[in-house]
Order: sequence, then C-alpha cells, then structure tokens
Amino acid sequence: MNRLSPFNVVSLTLGFVFLYVPMLILVIYSFNASKLVTVWAGFSTKWYGELLSNEAFLDAAWVTLRVAVISSTIATVLGTMAAYVLVRGGRFFGRTLFSGMIYAPLVMPEVITGLSLLLLFIGIGLDRGVLTIVLAHTTFSMCFVSVVVSSRLMTFDRSLEEAALDLGASPVDSFRLVTLPIIAPAVISGWLLAFTLSLDDLVIASFTSGPSATTLPMKIWSSVRLGVSPEINALSTIMIGLVTIGVITASLSTKHAALRAKRDEQAAARAT
Amino acid sequence: MRRATLISVPYIWLLALFLIPFLVVFKISLSDIALAIPPYTPTMRDGFWNMLSQLDFENFVFLTEDDLYWKAYLSSLQIALISTVLTLIVGYPMAYAMARAPDQWRPTLLMLVILPFWTSFLIRVYAWVGILSNEGFLNQFLLWIGVIGEPLTILNTNTAVYIGIVYTYLPFMILPIYSALDRLDGSLIEAAEDLGCSRLKAFWLVTIPLSKNGIIAGCFLVFIPALGEFVIPSLLGGSSTLMIGKVLFEEFFSNRDWPVASAVAVILLLILIVPIVLFQRNEQRQAEAET
Repeated sequence: MNRLSPFNVVSLTLGFVFLYVPMLILVIYSFNASKLVTVWAGFSTKWYGELLSNEAFLDAAWVTLRVAVISSTIATVLGTMAAYVLVRGGRFFGRTLFSGMIYAPLVMPEVITGLSLLLLFIGIGLDRGVLTIVLAHTTFSMCFVSVVVSSRLMTFDRSLEEAALDLGASPVDSFRLVTLPIIAPAVISGWLLAFTLSLDDLVIASFTSGPSATTLPMKIWSSVRLGVSPEINALSTIMIGLVTIGVITASLSTKHAALRAKRDEQAAARAT
Repeated sequence: MRRATLISVPYIWLLALFLIPFLVVFKISLSDIALAIPPYTPTMRDGFWNMLSQLDFENFVFLTEDDLYWKAYLSSLQIALISTVLTLIVGYPMAYAMARAPDQWRPTLLMLVILPFWTSFLIRVYAWVGILSNEGFLNQFLLWIGVIGEPLTILNTNTAVYIGIVYTYLPFMILPIYSALDRLDGSLIEAAEDLGCSRLKAFWLVTIPLSKNGIIAGCFLVFIPALGEFVIPSLLGGSSTLMIGKVLFEEFFSNRDWPVASAVAVILLLILIVPIVLFQRNEQRQAEAET
C-alpha cells in the first residue's frame, strides 16, 4: 500500500498543522516582550526570569515532582504484580472482580474518581495533602502500568521461565533473572506513563489535596482561568521542550537497541 | 504463600482505594445535606439498620425535578457524540495516509502522533484560549486574509469545546484505526479493483469494513472520556455550555452540596456503563479474532 495520493499528503499535512501549530504559537509567544499575548513587541526572556523567581510556582513544581516520582514508583511495583497475577496467576477467588478493578479506572471520568477518593479520605479522617494525592495517583496509574506490562507478558515465550525452573532456579530467581529482564522495557514505559499521568493530573489532585499541597497543574489552572498569561506560556514551553527531548531520546535509543540486536543476531548466525 | 501475597497486595489496594470509595459515594448520594463539615448527615453512626432507615432517594428525585441536571446529561451526550464524529472525520484520513506512507516514514509519523499525548493535557487545552479569543490568532488571521469583516465569537461557545475535544483526543482515534489499517492486506484492495470496483468503491466496500474494529475502538476511546470531561468545557466553553463533569465539580466545590454531587456521579456512572460494556465486548471480539 505504499502509494501516497495527493489527498493523503494533504490530510497528513493539515492534521499535523492542526496538532502542532497551537503549541508552536505558545512557544513563540513565550518570548514576547509584551504582556498582551496577541501583540508582538520584540524578543525577550523576561517571563522565564519571572517564572523562575516565582516561589509559588517553584513550590508547586517541587510538590508535583515528589508526588509523581513516589506514586509512579509504587504504581509500577503494584501494577507489575497485578499484571503478573492476571496473566500467570491462573484461577483464584474473585479474579473477575480483580480484572474489572484493573480496567475500570482506565475509562472512569476523573471527576468521579476524585470525588469518591475525597469522600473516602474524609470518611476515615485522613488529612489531605501530599500523602492523599500520592494514594490517589498510585491507584489510577497502577492500572495503566498493569495494562502495559500484561500485554508484554502475554506475548512472551513461557518456555524460557520453565527452562529456568527445570534447571533448578527458584520461582523468585526465575522471575528476577529471566522474566524481569525480558519485561523490563514494558515496566520502564509503564513507569514513564504513570509519571506523566501524575504530572499532568488536575482534577483528581484538586479533589484529593488539601490547603497544604498545591500541584503545578492546580497552580496553572488558577492562573489560566483568568485568561492567557505570559508566565504560563513560558512554563508551557519548558514542559513541551522537556517532553520533546525525552520522547526523541527514547525513540532514538530504542531504534539503536533494535539495530544492535539485529547486528548481534547476524553475527551469531555467521558464527554458527 | 508467595502467590497469595502477590495476589493480595494489589487486590487489597484496589478494594480499599477504588471499590470502597464508590460505595461511599453511593451511600452519601442517599444521605441528607447538613450545614456542617462534612456537609452531610453521617448515617452510619447509630448502627446499620438505623442507617438503612435513614437512606432515601431524595437527591435523585431532586435531580429529576431540576431542569439543570437532565439538560446537562443530555447536552454532555450530545457534545461527546458530535465531537466523536468530528474526531473520526479528522482522524480517519490521517490514519489512512499513515498506513499508506512508505515504511521508513512510519516510525516518525507515529512519534508525531504520540508526542502531543505526552505533553500536558491542560497546556494543550490552554493553547486554544489565545487562538480562539476575539483578539486571538484565528480572528486576526481571518481578518487579515479578508474572509470575515469582524471578529467571530468562538471562545466560550460549544464550537470551542468541540475544537478542544477533537484536538486533545485525536491521538486516541488515530492509533487504533492506524493499527487496524496497518494489518490490512493490500492485495484485497487490488483484487477488488481488478474485479471492477472503482477506487472509491473499493475503499467503501473493503477498507472501511476491514478497519471497523479500529473505528469502533477509536470512537469509544474518545466518547467515554469526553462525556465526563471537565477541563475543556470549563476553559473553552461558556456559561451556557452544560456538561455533567463541570456541573459535578461546581456542585461540589461551589455549592458544597455533597449528597447531590454524589447523586450526579452515580447517574453519570450508570450512563457510562453501557458504552464501557460495548467497548469491552468489541475489544474481546477483536482479541478472539486474532487468536
């Protein structure tokens, strides 16, 4: 099917213009000297300076980063366990309920998840703050991790694990030495997904945080409700830049790894 | 012993932080509002049977009596449906073109579709505020090329909400359709053309039916989250844009009527069960077809 018609070229071009122009405008106007966002008044980096000297933003960024690192790490452990149980666990009591609870949060509206967790935290008298946001983020992101990891577990050759067990490895050793290295890329992408979801979340954090903890999306939200602000444009540019570098690095390194694996395979084929 | 630990840790976590919170919402939706903190009558205090006798459907009756709520449900359904169709119209040609692109371009094209997904959702919605406002870039551009004589009001209308939903959920539509089209055997289309189908007819009779599962999956992946959307209608929509996610948020944070907010959540969940079940059935059928 490798024939691009003029229609295909036009739809791809327009589609990518639609996807990227809004972000491009944000980036360009973050360097605008004027406070009026639609009038260009020359190049300036003053909004970056103001952003970096704004303590409220820095505090919020620090809270967000802490929440994201802790919650995505716990979510990766729990999500990998859940994926292993679902794919390899066989039958156990309440398996249907378990898989339902793994898949339901993926499609649950955030307002419902947020509301229900808040009512629970108030019901048991837990003070709202960083801890409650971490609990909330861990819960929904572990489900995403589990879906990513279980799709890798399903396609993996089980005889490798059985061989390790036959050769005398304990189940723990076989998991550590055989299974984990093979599913590692999926576990890492699960962590990254959980990390991004946590960094990005506004609604669930608004419900589950208390006055002591404000995350970056909550801070952004309270400033953009009043309209466009040049400081937020600067912040957006930093975030878009970091993500772009991250995604390009990740895709180049997987490409590199794939090429190396191919070369190794060819070398091995020649050697035999 | 180890297996039991492996199962029980994530199981108990989800029971405690996913299932039980829902039961709490359900219970509070049946309680009465009180001017206190928490602002509802805690019905559990005097024993289980006493609690049961205090529960009632007053909040649900209230929802049916006040126009606002059922209008919000209907308008959420309508906005989600229209946006899903628009996303399909924008997304299908892109996925189709990607599937026909030369092999060496595909990883780059895929990365370009996925990249916006990794950037902040809030920022991507916010980007449109500066574009759609009366003095925004879109109006400036249209005035400059002379298509319109005076600025169009787009921000704070439902049109802006549609644009926001299409923009943020486009990758969810493109990816499943692309993966369905990518697996499609090109010789089937050639066969149809050899047998006398025009290009358009072959597309309609072969390509579309064979990418049906991708289309269905993509539509649900846009429709389900769009239905409960909060950020897009609050930032881009106007005061007349009614969406249930926004109503719930305001009921909770502005009116502080927790029992009614809970009842709104329970009904939203009931409305969502149908598309979610249909979606899972579609996924299962696809998984079975592959094996």
